[in-house]
Amino acid sequence: MRRACLAVVLTLWATLAAALDVEDHRHYPGTSDATLRILSTADLDVFEPYLLEFQSTRPALSIDYTVVSSAELYTAIEGGADFDLALSSAMDLQFRLANDGRALSYRSDRTEALPDWARWRNLIFAFTSEPAVVVLSTDRFKGLEIPTTRQDLITLLRENPESFGGAVGTYDVRDSGLGYLFATQEARSTDAYWRLSEVMGRLDPQLYCCSGQMIDDVAEGRLALAYNVLGSYAAERIARDSGGRVQILRMQDFANVMLRTAIIPKTSDRPEDAGAMIDMLATLGLREERGDWPLPPLRPSGTADTTGFGPIRLGPALMVYLDPLNRRAFLTEWEAAMEQR
Amino acid sequence: MIGTGSIGRRLTLLLAGVAALLSVLSWWMVTGLAREAAERTQDNVLAASATTIAETLRSEQGEVRLELPYSAFSMLGAIGEDRVFYQVMAGDKLLTGYDDLPALSDTPAPGQIAFDTGEFSGEAVRMASVSRLVLAGTQPIPVKVTVAQTRNGVGTISEDLSRLAALLSVAFFVIAVVLSAIAARTSLRPLNEIAAAVSRRGPSDLRPLHRNAPTELAPLMSSLNRLMERLGQSIRRSEDFIAEAAHRVRTPLATVRAQAEIALRSVEDESEKQRLRQIIRAVDESSRSAGQLLDHATVTYRADDLARVPVDLSELAKQTAGGLEPTASMKDIRLRLFTVYAQVAGDPVLLENALRNVLDNAIKYSPEETDVTLRITTSGTEARIAVSDEGPGLGEGPAQALTERFRRGSNTQGIVGSGLGLTIAEDVLSAHGGRLELKSAEGGTGACVALVLPLS
Repeated sequence: MRRACLAVVLTLWATLAAALDVEDHRHYPGTSDATLRILSTADLDVFEPYLLEFQSTRPALSIDYTVVSSAELYTAIEGGADFDLALSSAMDLQFRLANDGRALSYRSDRTEALPDWARWRNLIFAFTSEPAVVVLSTDRFKGLEIPTTRQDLITLLRENPESFGGAVGTYDVRDSGLGYLFATQEARSTDAYWRLSEVMGRLDPQLYCCSGQMIDDVAEGRLALAYNVLGSYAAERIARDSGGRVQILRMQDFANVMLRTAIIPKTSDRPEDAGAMIDMLATLGLREERGDWPLPPLRPSGTADTTGFGPIRLGPALMVYLDPLNRRAFLTEWEAAMEQR
Repeated sequence: MIGTGSIGRRLTLLLAGVAALLSVLSWWMVTGLAREAAERTQDNVLAASATTIAETLRSEQGEVRLELPYSAFSMLGAIGEDRVFYQVMAGDKLLTGYDDLPALSDTPAPGQIAFDTGEFSGEAVRMASVSRLVLAGTQPIPVKVTVAQTRNGVGTISEDLSRLAALLSVAFFVIAVVLSAIAARTSLRPLNEIAAAVSRRGPSDLRPLHRNAPTELAPLMSSLNRLMERLGQSIRRSEDFIAEAAHRVRTPLATVRAQAEIALRSVEDESEKQRLRQIIRAVDESSRSAGQLLDHATVTYRADDLARVPVDLSELAKQTAGGLEPTASMKDIRLRLFTVYAQVAGDPVLLENALRNVLDNAIKYSPEETDVTLRITTSGTEARIAVSDEGPGLGEGPAQALTERFRRGSNTQGIVGSGLGLTIAEDVLSAHGGRLELKSAEGGTGACVALVLPLS
């Protein structure tokens, strides 16, 4: 009987573990057994400096870092998975977790210093603001005018189908939580979104799950342009191989700005350590200079943010497109536009 | 007079108390109204949100469809950072939203909005529910849209307003206290003015007060005026009585003395002569004492309303000394005057009275065949009339105590006296702003009494 019970438990555990589609995972051992388990959507090479910085302030603490997609992250935390901190780029899903009571309240001087739009009820805290950008290959744009608005882009795509056929990439909003967020917010904000989707749909668009692959494909010339890429990743890639083959473009008519947010799941065993991590991220989020950090601060200085578009607002409206009926309706329309084969 | 607290303070405290009560009351009311207003606002927003969602309800291929409008939820963010839950039920079937949202106590009629308060996910929530009939397939299905929101925003708004109201109430209270103090002072001003008018008056000014007084003070004014009238009558009676007494006592005494003198001349027997001389001496003393008592009474009344006329002290001294010359010569006492011109402002009757009593004392206590010296000197702003004798001096004990009424020196046994002389002189001098100085005469026995007066 006991063995049967154990078997059931083991099976359940295995199911849970299997249910979590882990993209990457790394353990940073500290000098004690205490472990801070972080579930995040940020790639390891992007986020490792933050983890090392945090561990340098608390050497005793081990850090267990798991990378999953934003949808996976939502499902895991919603299902009560055992993590101490959840960092995600999908604001809507994070918001819904906080709204539904899946997050612990946390408050400190550092979080109080955050602007009002960067936190909600002391449950969810933003620590980066990252714009959606267009990434294009300079090689494949030779002889073509660089578009600055969506209208320009629509015209360009329409007039040069031979240049862009099969060479336009964007998120598959069915898979990517961030892509879905960008798409829905853009559809809400500008009429041009659906016309652009129609035009892209005729050009056999390549659909991606993640920003990284899209940028790689642009850099290697497989794509002429990638639409709605997370700006921070693109900037990071360009910094790494500044061959000048990749150009980042911020649409002048409208640009979504996403907030990367942190919540402490209700299941957290180490809310103090998680809070300390949030404090560090909030402090970095409020820094004036970009510095060497891979992710931008909340208020990017210098060239960015002259357009005056604020970040997507943390509020109950984020839950609208998460509603199954709305999601179904949106995806139906999106598929109709994007898949015109 | 026993103080029973100031009317002004009592009035101020009373008004401040009323203001405090009103402040608390207004704070309480504003707090209640703020809460009510915030709750109504939330109800309105919830109703608008639910209605906006319900408006998107439609029927497609026999199924109920809806699309949550972005505005339906973004408007809920306006109140504050509140958690939002929603539920759309088509008949008994959950169409979308949170299936475990508590049901409202009353189901809204189609087209109507119902509100309720409940608890969900560990927090109190306010719910608005709107119902609509949607034709799906062959029959209409009642579809109920419920939007719920936690109440933190309402609490925050009403707390903020309550704090503001509290601040305003405190400010209101402070202003009210200041105004109360001013009001109390203003309303007491007529009273203070009347008091000042009364105290400004001379001691014998007993005319009735004619002032414009508030109605409340009119009884006090008329009582005061009646009292002053009675007091004036009483004083007039006393003055009459004194004049009458002086007349009635002095006249028979003079008659007795005259008769005794005649008898003294007519009798031969030495023992009877001795008896008659004693009678004459006793009558003299009685007459003198009565005179002093009347002097004292006169001084008391005249000093209250002192006349200020220029008086030359040297002239006064000569007249007074002249008046006492017979008395002095009876004891072979020489009156020596050293005078200079010194003018003071005062009542010549009283000054003469004072000087006469001092000189009379000096003569009375001096042995026979001695000198009594009167010397007038001026120094700066003062005139000094020094009267010195060669008598027994002031005796033991404090010299200044001799000016007390009916107090006599320790070495005056055997000499008849009333103990009023120096008291009269002291009273007169202090009424004139001067003083009486008593000390032993320089270089030997005797007393020196100095009358010091300010020069005019």
